[in-house]
Amino acid sequence: MNYEISKEAIDIQAIINKVVRRDVGAITTFIGTVRELTKGKKTLFLIYEAYESMAVKKLEQIGKEIEERWQGSVVAITHRVGRLEITDVAVVIAVSTPHRADAYEANRYAIERIKEIVPIWKKEHWEDGESWMGNQLETVAYPKGRPEEKDLNE
Amino acid sequence: MNKVMFFAHLRDKVGKECLLIEASGKTVAELKAEITKEYSLDKMDTVMTAINEEFAGNEEIIQDEDVIAFIPPVSGG
Repeated sequence: MNYEISKEAIDIQAIINKVVRRDVGAITTFIGTVRELTKGKKTLFLIYEAYESMAVKKLEQIGKEIEERWQGSVVAITHRVGRLEITDVAVVIAVSTPHRADAYEANRYAIERIKEIVPIWKKEHWEDGESWMGNQLETVAYPKGRPEEKDLNE
Repeated sequence: MNKVMFFAHLRDKVGKECLLIEASGKTVAELKAEITKEYSLDKMDTVMTAINEEFAGNEEIIQDEDVIAFIPPVSGG
């Protein structure tokens, strides 16, 4: 199970262990955490919600894309859901590859793709209210009802 | 029958996690328009649709038993 949605705190080392191989020379780990201040506004805590079965499928898709694009790579991703406090770990991405440059690049690709296609949402709670976050600038529209090829393949 | 699922702000607005409705034969766009009107939803042009856990285009025709999900802009990570 290299792709999971977790209701519990993520064991970072366990995710890393999933991508350990004798023939890799680099493992990069991305740890996404809950930030207190966004543009000067103080977050108290977050709630993450997922369309879990589809989210796991989309994480698997991202892993497949990486393994096709970066030869010999192995990917593991776990995203947490539920209530998270400031500094809690929301997502862990581990990528192993034979050489270091690929491990950095592929890991960056994974987090950017998560922000595009994985059905997970966060609700920010502030002192004066709460709101589901999305593309707040509303710069992204899907006139055809789904992401365009350019959104999916960049 | 079709299960129609809502998430994030759509779930708050509709007041339910899902609905059971008869949508087979309709296109995604038709179903979206109906639900938008019934629940006075806005900004629906930013909402994607999934059929059976795969993103689907507006022109796609819904079959009996398909599970439909409306996916607002995502904010994971």
